[in-house]
Amino acid sequence: MEKWHLMTIVVLIGLTVRWTVSLNSYSGAGKPPMFGDYEAQRHWQEITFNLPVKQWYFNSSDNNLQYWGLDYPPLTAYHSLLCAYVAKFINPDWIELHSSRGYESQAHKLFMRTTVFIADLLIYIPAVVLYCCCLKEISTKKKIANALCILLYPGLILIDYGHFQYNSVSLGFALWGVLGVSCDWDLLGSLAFCLAINYKQMELYHSLPFFCFLLGKCFKKGLKGKGFVLLIKLACTVVASFILCWLPFFTEREQTLQVLRRLFPVDRGLFEDKVANIWCSFSVFLKIKDILPHHIQIIISFCFTFLSLLPACIKLTLQPSPKGFRFTLVSCALSFFLFSFQVHEKSILLVSLPVCLVLSEIPFMSTWFLLVSTFSMLPLLLKDELLMPSVVTTMAFFIACAISFSIFEKTSEEELHLKSFSISLRKYLPCFTFLPRIIQYLFLISVITMVLLTLITVTLEPPQKLPDLFSVLICFVSCLNFLFFLVYFNIIIMWDFKNGRNQKKIN
Amino acid sequence: MAAPGVAAGGGNWFSALALGVTLLKCLLIPTYHSTDFEVHRNWLAITHSLPISQWYYEATSEWTLDYPPFFAWFEYALSHVAKYFDQEMLNIHNLNYSSSRTLLFQRFSVIFTDALFVYAVHECCKCIDGKKAGKELTEKPKFILSVLLLWNFGLLIVDHIHFQYNGFLFGLMLLSIARLFQKRHMEGALLFAVLLHFKHIYLYVAPAYGIYLLRSYCFTANKPDGSVRWNSFSFIRLISLGLIVFLVSALSLGPFLALNQLPQVLSRLFPFKRGLCHAYWAPNFWALYNALDKVLSVIGLELKLLDPNKIPKASMTSGLVQQFQHTVLPSVTPLATLICTLMAILPSVFCLWFKPQGPRGFLRCLILCALSSFLFGWHVHEKAILLAVLPMSLLSVGKAGDASIFLILTTTGHYSLFPLLFTAPELPIKILLMLLFTIYSISSLKTLFRKEKTLFNWMETFYLLGLAPLEIFCEFVFPFTSWKLKYPFIPLLLTSVYCAVGITYAWFRLYVSVLTDPPVGKTKKQ
Repeated sequence: MEKWHLMTIVVLIGLTVRWTVSLNSYSGAGKPPMFGDYEAQRHWQEITFNLPVKQWYFNSSDNNLQYWGLDYPPLTAYHSLLCAYVAKFINPDWIELHSSRGYESQAHKLFMRTTVFIADLLIYIPAVVLYCCCLKEISTKKKIANALCILLYPGLILIDYGHFQYNSVSLGFALWGVLGVSCDWDLLGSLAFCLAINYKQMELYHSLPFFCFLLGKCFKKGLKGKGFVLLIKLACTVVASFILCWLPFFTEREQTLQVLRRLFPVDRGLFEDKVANIWCSFSVFLKIKDILPHHIQIIISFCFTFLSLLPACIKLTLQPSPKGFRFTLVSCALSFFLFSFQVHEKSILLVSLPVCLVLSEIPFMSTWFLLVSTFSMLPLLLKDELLMPSVVTTMAFFIACAISFSIFEKTSEEELHLKSFSISLRKYLPCFTFLPRIIQYLFLISVITMVLLTLITVTLEPPQKLPDLFSVLICFVSCLNFLFFLVYFNIIIMWDFKNGRNQKKIN
Repeated sequence: MAAPGVAAGGGNWFSALALGVTLLKCLLIPTYHSTDFEVHRNWLAITHSLPISQWYYEATSEWTLDYPPFFAWFEYALSHVAKYFDQEMLNIHNLNYSSSRTLLFQRFSVIFTDALFVYAVHECCKCIDGKKAGKELTEKPKFILSVLLLWNFGLLIVDHIHFQYNGFLFGLMLLSIARLFQKRHMEGALLFAVLLHFKHIYLYVAPAYGIYLLRSYCFTANKPDGSVRWNSFSFIRLISLGLIVFLVSALSLGPFLALNQLPQVLSRLFPFKRGLCHAYWAPNFWALYNALDKVLSVIGLELKLLDPNKIPKASMTSGLVQQFQHTVLPSVTPLATLICTLMAILPSVFCLWFKPQGPRGFLRCLILCALSSFLFGWHVHEKAILLAVLPMSLLSVGKAGDASIFLILTTTGHYSLFPLLFTAPELPIKILLMLLFTIYSISSLKTLFRKEKTLFNWMETFYLLGLAPLEIFCEFVFPFTSWKLKYPFIPLLLTSVYCAVGITYAWFRLYVSVLTDPPVGKTKKQ
């Protein structure tokens, strides 16, 4: 690549921003007795290092599951174990069983931040760079700009380097998966994606598009010939990689079941805290959580999720294409986020990743979505005292997108991928020509609301009767935005690719 | 940095660059800050709560006011904003006070005053001739220059991590240079006079200003061979220049003259009691001199030529103490450094007088003045290298030879700033930012001058690449060796000696290029 130095600079900018954000506070800093996600990750290092594998997921006198019990799949546990070995080498106090609980120090913070940094550097960032290099039909400069925007996406940076989590590992693996599958290295792709699922079960949000895309590929090759071979190979890869990850837990039936129970805590409730999804927003009017019995909640959420992702998945299976795959990833993940059971506010990152991937195709809408997604996590970020880095990185991201893609000039029907939709609509409503205008106005309204809400939340005290007023408002507004995006992405998937080939012929 | 480059031909690339770096500065707010933070807080307190008559006498804190009066007034103005942030920081007796609001205020005061720097860079970019302009925005000299100045690594870490107010001061300097380029000499002189009364370190480059204004402004014409035409001397111009300097000085020093405090002010401004070298040796000639002395004394001890009992104890911890006592070579006095500095400056000034080459020649002379005084000055701070690096950026986009000198000077000069930040959380930041700046500067200038021969010869390449193992040794290997306790000064010593070689080499090359350049009178006549 002739512009390698520009790509290096882009990566360096991404890394600099990441590290500077990491100098800020983390979740639960100095807040005993429970602390936050930072302590959870440290605690897992303590548990995995000091206890035998068989006890990791079980409640015992040494492993109180009520106190940040391990509830992520085995790969996370192995990663914690690896970090624990390094921690042991530097300072054994950090992972001492029992006595290290709530350990906090500058040196330890530095260590924890470094582990995130290294994981990111090894997994997520190379995937982004490679993905951008593999993009077709755009100039080298656009590829670099695209990489810059993806690397500057504030949501992921703030959660990983501010709040403290290792999302870049699971998202990085998922991205490797997307990369592999789109470049026809199906086996490698599915292996990477299996690793992603085994790092964080939330990656299941992405599993259906992967499944449908690969299945579609097999169908295309003919189920009686090459397609069947591919299907068998894929199945073997998936099974083998799962077995490899779960090997220590397959010794006993009870082990496996216990891990699964920890991974999918169905008895925890429809949603936690304040999430920008349907159920939480709907609770403003009707407390579903209290009215409906537990199992009905599960069934309802399952049905809604299933129905909303069904069309896109069917479409993808019948007409598998890398482009359709990316859009289906967005819409499926968004459906899961909006309708499924037990959603966290951080799960929006699972939608943001595929949106980042379509940034170069629909820059205007993607930028908008990514802004909303960061905004939807505002209550969480405020709790972690990350206001300053949030505002700064969001502005930096917005500027980067606005300049790299000149997004404001790209709001025609064509560039919004709504051409064929409005053509079909015009058959019934001939005067329907103002769609781009509507979308521009919606964008303006949405941005203004977000800015105002941020200002209000930061400056005003909520009324005493409604202490959660602002965070509920934030969730509600974000949820409305997300619903709009769900509709938009489904429209694109259903209409745009149908006429994609015809348009090219005309051109 | 690359973002605007991609917006093919957008007119707002400059604001994007400026905004981008401003956001980066905001992200640097929670980083480590040095005692200079307390210095400036103390000055805020002094100027806010004491009458002018006591500004230069106050000594509750050890960080007494030792900048010229305009800077004191600047702090006075800031303090009137500061009181809305946190009244407590304005109390003289609140030593080492640093609440989160104080931190925010101080950091933001640097970021906001940098607006002047941004404006100055904008003006400087106008002075660059765009003859070689490539098709692509990222390959235009203007774009490269604005990145080199706005995203300058040294300025970022000295101002926004270490904490100082160099941004707007360099803004004043660049603006005055830009005005001279634009033939607005009076304005340039005024700005520089004001700058001198903000921070007197800029006296180092005053000879360049003085000679240039005298030669190329007060004398309005040249003989055909480029030498001075004595009868073209314009008295009015000289008097108006003098008047400007006088008025500015009167405004600044007048009140203290009236209070009969001028000697006290001057004694604060020029403290000659400090040692030859700063705590950490700035990478200049004296670092090489000290190192040579050290080597000789070790050899002397080995060969039993020296008596171990006579060797001063401090020399074992050299690099950490202020006073360095020479064992073999003669000790250096302030007068000696002054003479050396003058000797080093003189040829460049002569050149400016006898071979006037317009503003570019002035700029070269200014850089040589800055570099010479950096190399031979008394008690030089490593930060002073910025005085040469920033103006050199202007030259670098003009000629391949200058670009090559610039890259050597900047890379080594910036690397020599590394010891300023010695805390672990800042280690990745300084490495990342340094890589960012160095990779950008080298690759962009290489692209700009791709038609010329290569920018570096094998020796220079080897030297610059040597910085990487040096850094790895000093910060990653050395702390884990047993020498750490016995010879704690080795990393600092190595860094300053290694960088001193590069900076001296850059100075030498620049001097050669200035002295051997053909007089402009023959090629370009005004």
